[in-house]
Amino acid sequence: MPDPQRASTISAAGLSRRFGNHLAVNDITLELKRGEVLGLLGPNGAGKTTTMQMLTGNLAPSSGSISICGIDLLDQPVAAKTHIGYLPEVPPLYRELTVDEYLTLAAKLHRMPRARRIADVTTAKQRCGLADTGRKLIGTLSKGYQQRVGIAQAIVHQPDVIILDEPTIGLDPNQIREIRALIRELGGSHSVILSTHILPEVEAVCDRVQILHHGNLVYGDTIAALKQMHSGSTVLVGLRRAPPLAELAAAPGVASAESVEPTLFRVQFSGDADACDALVRRAADANWGLYRLQPAQTSLEDVFVNLTRREDSQ
Amino acid sequence: MIFIIAGKELKALFASPLAWVVLTGLQLIIAFAFLRRLDEFLQLQPQFIQMASPPGATELVAAPAFATAAATLLFAVPVLAMRLIAEERRNQTMVLLVSAPVSMTEIVLGKFLGLLAFLLVVVALVALMPLSLAFGTRLDYGLLAGFIAGLALLAAGFAAVSLFVSTLTDHPIVAALGAFAALLAMVMVGDAAGEGLKARGWGVAASLAQVLSPIKNFEPFGRGMFDTYAVACSLLLATVFLALAVRQLDARRLRG
Repeated sequence: MPDPQRASTISAAGLSRRFGNHLAVNDITLELKRGEVLGLLGPNGAGKTTTMQMLTGNLAPSSGSISICGIDLLDQPVAAKTHIGYLPEVPPLYRELTVDEYLTLAAKLHRMPRARRIADVTTAKQRCGLADTGRKLIGTLSKGYQQRVGIAQAIVHQPDVIILDEPTIGLDPNQIREIRALIRELGGSHSVILSTHILPEVEAVCDRVQILHHGNLVYGDTIAALKQMHSGSTVLVGLRRAPPLAELAAAPGVASAESVEPTLFRVQFSGDADACDALVRRAADANWGLYRLQPAQTSLEDVFVNLTRREDSQ
Repeated sequence: MIFIIAGKELKALFASPLAWVVLTGLQLIIAFAFLRRLDEFLQLQPQFIQMASPPGATELVAAPAFATAAATLLFAVPVLAMRLIAEERRNQTMVLLVSAPVSMTEIVLGKFLGLLAFLLVVVALVALMPLSLAFGTRLDYGLLAGFIAGLALLAAGFAAVSLFVSTLTDHPIVAALGAFAALLAMVMVGDAAGEGLKARGWGVAASLAQVLSPIKNFEPFGRGMFDTYAVACSLLLATVFLALAVRQLDARRLRG
């Protein structure tokens, strides 16, 4: 008997989808346990949205199987969909309804019993910071608030699985922080799949990350492993009186160096623990004019370039 | 679940200016036709007095009002039905219904009933006009009931066809024009081919043409006849197109 708290809420195997001759998603396998937040990462057109459409029953997969809380989505779509809350890329909002009317409709559509409906709508509004906007027409709300209504719609029926397609798009920095905090909170009791192309977002809220590229799953691991893989061993070094690049690259413990700006270099160490220390000493001795030393921020682009390059060379 | 969707559709209709414009327009056109016939009827009164069994107000005044209503619904229903699926797709709100634990059949039936409820309001408003004559004359209530039932069935047929066309496209205007063209073609097929086919002895084809012709099925009611065959044809028409709409939505999910 598996522990219900740790049971899989979503398990999808061998998921593929073609549009004509174009293979949008190729043989993707996903597994999500209760209380996990999974980040689905990828550049535009990587197949994130297609994958999410398949997981929510909006699009039938060309092959593969999906089961939600142990219910096969393709065989029993209605039963499986009761466990899903979905925020698509464009929030499905009825502009002519008020926030209260809309959320009540969403709760009704998810077969929430009448007795719980009002309480659930109130809870969802509170969680998404919509407590004061209940009587406003959705069409008159700003983009950020509309996005919140979209999220509220996805969580109003307290689903086991919450699927959010780029939930922080169009929000200001403060709202983004609030929504990330909300997603973390939701991740405590529900399973959340989140798609984005913003790496810091994934680092901030996800437990695990899967990277899609051209419809293929190119990477899947915990967020800690991802961080370790791509940061720490690379630093940005600013030198006022910089030596030739070759000399910098030949310094002890340095694996490679490249010039970002005339006086700014990206230096990768070969793994020696004291390499950074050695480089600083060297800079001081040689009077290079060290003015800046910081761990390089890995952008999603770097991760991608790395992952896809590695895949191509294999 | 069906009624939740139907209620939502009805609410959305009344929340949009479109429904009110359509209601007002229909009311104006039908009232104009009704009052003109009423005027003629009153002018002919002296001649009726000399007749042994003069035609009544229901026959002469109510019938044209309902005929006008039937003709105007031909324009109005496609416009109202374009919202049902095509506009939801365009606004990307269809996802809410498809992601919810609701079957495609429930979605289609809900939307159909929502539109039908609105059209029944139109029918009721039309019926009120001849009913107002009850203050001044004796009405043939049986005939009037026939008109109302006929118009309601006609509206159901129009709604089902328009709903199906609405599932075919993402463009509301294309859906409206397409539905209008389809309805017009069906009326013409039923009108022209029905008789022609029967005269040539092609009974099956003629029956099919009758199923496809909502106006033709409306006619018996206009003569005060409750023709079960016409009723069956109307219901069959609506059922077939609703089933097609469900199939179309399912196919959309497969095709993407």
